[in-house]
Amino acid sequence: MKFGVVVFPGSNCDRDVAYVTRELLGQRTRMVWHQETDISDLDVVIIPGGFSYGDYLRCGAIAQFSPVMQQVINHAKQGKFVLGICNGFQVLTEAGLLPGALTRNQDLHFICDRAPLKVERSDTPWTHSYTPSEIINLPIAHGEGRFYADESTLSAIEDHGQVVFRYAGENPNGSLNNIAGICNQQGNILGMMPHPERASDASLGCSDGLKLFQGLLWQILPK
Amino acid sequence: MAAFSKKPVQRKYIAKIFVTLRPSVLDPAGVAVQSGIQQLGYNNVEQVRIGKYIELTITSTEEIKARQDLERICDQMLANPVIENYRFDLIEVETQTGVF
Repeated sequence: MKFGVVVFPGSNCDRDVAYVTRELLGQRTRMVWHQETDISDLDVVIIPGGFSYGDYLRCGAIAQFSPVMQQVINHAKQGKFVLGICNGFQVLTEAGLLPGALTRNQDLHFICDRAPLKVERSDTPWTHSYTPSEIINLPIAHGEGRFYADESTLSAIEDHGQVVFRYAGENPNGSLNNIAGICNQQGNILGMMPHPERASDASLGCSDGLKLFQGLLWQILPK
Repeated sequence: MAAFSKKPVQRKYIAKIFVTLRPSVLDPAGVAVQSGIQQLGYNNVEQVRIGKYIELTITSTEEIKARQDLERICDQMLANPVIENYRFDLIEVETQTGVF
């Protein structure tokens, strides 16, 4: 089992993610520079949070054209796992791997907080360690996290059960349908604004995010 | 007879590109600016929508080719069609004959 953590200029949660996969999960992990063109050794690609390419133009807009993203798209098309966290989620929507877009928070503030989330789907490879409809707490930290999709796309997302996490308390950013995280129809690509890697080591006060990584590991490891 | 080949004429254009949020997308920054304008005393301003203005130069042998390139550049990068529309004006600024 090998994890790869993509590093763009401006990524800043890359080492937090690698700490979880290396130290807490005990799995081989390598950092993947944005100019790399071969990631065939990886089982799971994680696109971490941060401000890739300074968030110039739009969050994730420039990152989608970096050489590594073509490889990530190929990786995803093979049915392998891709997780985008925060800026990583923005990159995945910009690259068209997930539907919709992340727009400016409704109140224009950068929000740094903890948010209660409802696990809408506990039958995905990512979330099967959670109980159905479990409420978990994860940190959020974003200025552009308001999920938007046009009406028909939004109903398709709902109809196909692609909403994996929903804000369970007050909607922090005006996200449509309280969406905090979605997957593709196949379920191998997950994008989420909250940060599970920042809530994986219990010494940080909350470890609700660890089950996401552990669940994925149990899913993939040879039985 | 040796063919006399001339380099195709390269034309240079300035593209003035306007990227705007689609009408269905909330623009909270526009709403904040609108309330600021009202604070200024202008109650006749009803809707403010904030977009982006991008200027670039592009060379091409034909205007239609420059336009096609720009459409692709806007679709792929400068605008996100999920949330934004765009339009551009193209102004020819300089023509190089290709004979030096």
